Amino acid sequence: MFYRESGDFKTTYTEDSQTFPIKFDRIRYYAVLAVAFGVIPFFINDYWANAVFVPFLIYAIAAIGLNILVGYCGQVSLGTGGFMAVGAYAVYKLMTSFPEVSIVIHVLLAGGITACVGLLFGLPSLRIKGFYLAVATLAAQFFLVWLFNKVPWFYNYSASGQISAPERDIFGIILTGPNTSASAKYLFCALMLLALAWLARNLTRGAMGRRWMAIRDMDIAAEIIGVNPLGAKLSAFAVSSFFIGVSGALFFAVYLGAAEVGESFGIQKSFLVLFMVIIGGLGSIFGSLAGAAFLVLLPVFLKNVLVGMLGWPTDLAAHLELMIVGALIIIFLIAEPHGIAQLWRHTKEKLRLWPFPH
Amino acid sequence: MNMQNPEGYTTADGRQIGGVLMEMKNITLRFGGVNAITGITFDIREGEIRAIIGPNGAGKSSMLNVISGFYVPQEGEVWFRGAKRPPMKPYQVANQGIARTFQNIALFEGMSVLDNIMTGRLTQMKTGLLAQAIWWGRAQAEEIAHREKVEKVIDFLEIQHIRKTPVGRLPYGLKKRVELARALAAEPKLLLLDEPMAGMNVEEKEDMSRFILDVNDEFGTTIALIEHDMGVVMDLSDRVVVMDYGKKIGDGTPDEVRNNQAVIDAYLGVSHD
Repeated sequence: MFYRESGDFKTTYTEDSQTFPIKFDRIRYYAVLAVAFGVIPFFINDYWANAVFVPFLIYAIAAIGLNILVGYCGQVSLGTGGFMAVGAYAVYKLMTSFPEVSIVIHVLLAGGITACVGLLFGLPSLRIKGFYLAVATLAAQFFLVWLFNKVPWFYNYSASGQISAPERDIFGIILTGPNTSASAKYLFCALMLLALAWLARNLTRGAMGRRWMAIRDMDIAAEIIGVNPLGAKLSAFAVSSFFIGVSGALFFAVYLGAAEVGESFGIQKSFLVLFMVIIGGLGSIFGSLAGAAFLVLLPVFLKNVLVGMLGWPTDLAAHLELMIVGALIIIFLIAEPHGIAQLWRHTKEKLRLWPFPH
Repeated sequence: MNMQNPEGYTTADGRQIGGVLMEMKNITLRFGGVNAITGITFDIREGEIRAIIGPNGAGKSSMLNVISGFYVPQEGEVWFRGAKRPPMKPYQVANQGIARTFQNIALFEGMSVLDNIMTGRLTQMKTGLLAQAIWWGRAQAEEIAHREKVEKVIDFLEIQHIRKTPVGRLPYGLKKRVELARALAAEPKLLLLDEPMAGMNVEEKEDMSRFILDVNDEFGTTIALIEHDMGVVMDLSDRVVVMDYGKKIGDGTPDEVRNNQAVIDAYLGVSHD
């Protein structure tokens, strides 16, 4: 009843093209921000941070990154895990080589380095499409994991082959290392996600986003109306890899603390982020967040219900979880290929008319 | 009417046609052993509506693809605005001010009508990746400036009511109009229309003809079009090129072409006894 556009007149093109054109949406958006930054940080504990919020925020960044590439530009990638590893190892090398520089700059630089690597592995996309490109990015995934395992320089010649994040702070607040408080981890990741989601929205609403979507929808027509396919595809690879690199850096430095490349950034990670994008909704920033939330929360939820409440053995619950996730992916692909974001859009369209649909 | 005059000529309805905008010199295009186009020469003058007609498989669409840079001819030269054009990628041709529509609608189905037409402005949108990521300032100002131009095109083609509709939901006739809008949004010097009236009913054809004439009249856009509906072609165009089996068999005003024996033979057939 409050969710409608009537009476809300737009008199400028700026107002007409804003992200949340309906007033109720804008209020809701600010309410979510207020809760995220004004309430949660004061009540969060280690369990909630480590099991729910921090992985959600970090995977959301990765999902937005992959969505730019797959959902907006239409280039399939299975190399997400590998690119996250590039971000993680870049931030590790930067943290240990330049301890005096702020961790924020390191994380952003790690994103930049990943963008360069992504650009390199994006080059085949100019020649090959679809499944063949997916296989080419799969090669990137395996090559990068192999590289970080094989070359000891990347893990500073540590005996275990692992990398572990040293303690770093900003303005006296510890952000990485074992002594980080739950709220510091949460706030750091939440601010990163907010900033990056805003950047992604800006890129996809304007000329760059239209270039990407034109390439996605019909690459020949896009070229004929004046889109340089080289520029559009490579910029999508670079921006996407930047996001994924930042998420990989945060995943290692803030969330895990210590990582081994094959275990933390293997092919499963690529598929996990791809499923987030598919379930959440291709070509939608909100969908990336929804998909990440869904796939992070589902295991936690199932574990709490099956093990905590019903008292099932843990291994049985873990297997059931795999089956449920697999079934859900198939159901989504058949019933709603555009994911949660599309369900959300339909709900909003219905709400606009509710309670007088005629 | 003196069509060899380099300064231009005056049409039957009194419009002044300018000098040569685009000239195709002796174009030959081969696919393997098949000659799609053989040694064709013709010109398109500023401000005129130029039709390319011919039976199926005559090489009309190939000709349009040569103009828009999609095919590179094996022989011959393309001259545009007084300069020989080197082999170019299609997006470079678009940047030179040549826009086109397609025989089979080639809209971006995942985007709204407004976004589709905004893609027509992409050749003029120059802000870099960083400025766009920040959005406030340059990118937003540019977006609004181009939005204003696009809204003019939307008004012109009378599609205000479907501005925010996803293109996939539109009926065929409107899709064709949106495609024309996208090409017009680029403010092209030369507009190529590949069968703009294919598959339309009489009213839709009349609407489309009116829009084509209006575009030519109001913006002075030079138009080259391919069309099968002879009535439409003869009414709209100032000069007509007729192709058959990749060769040019006629060139001139609609009246001249209509009375050309080779053209009549190509369309009606000729007895071989």
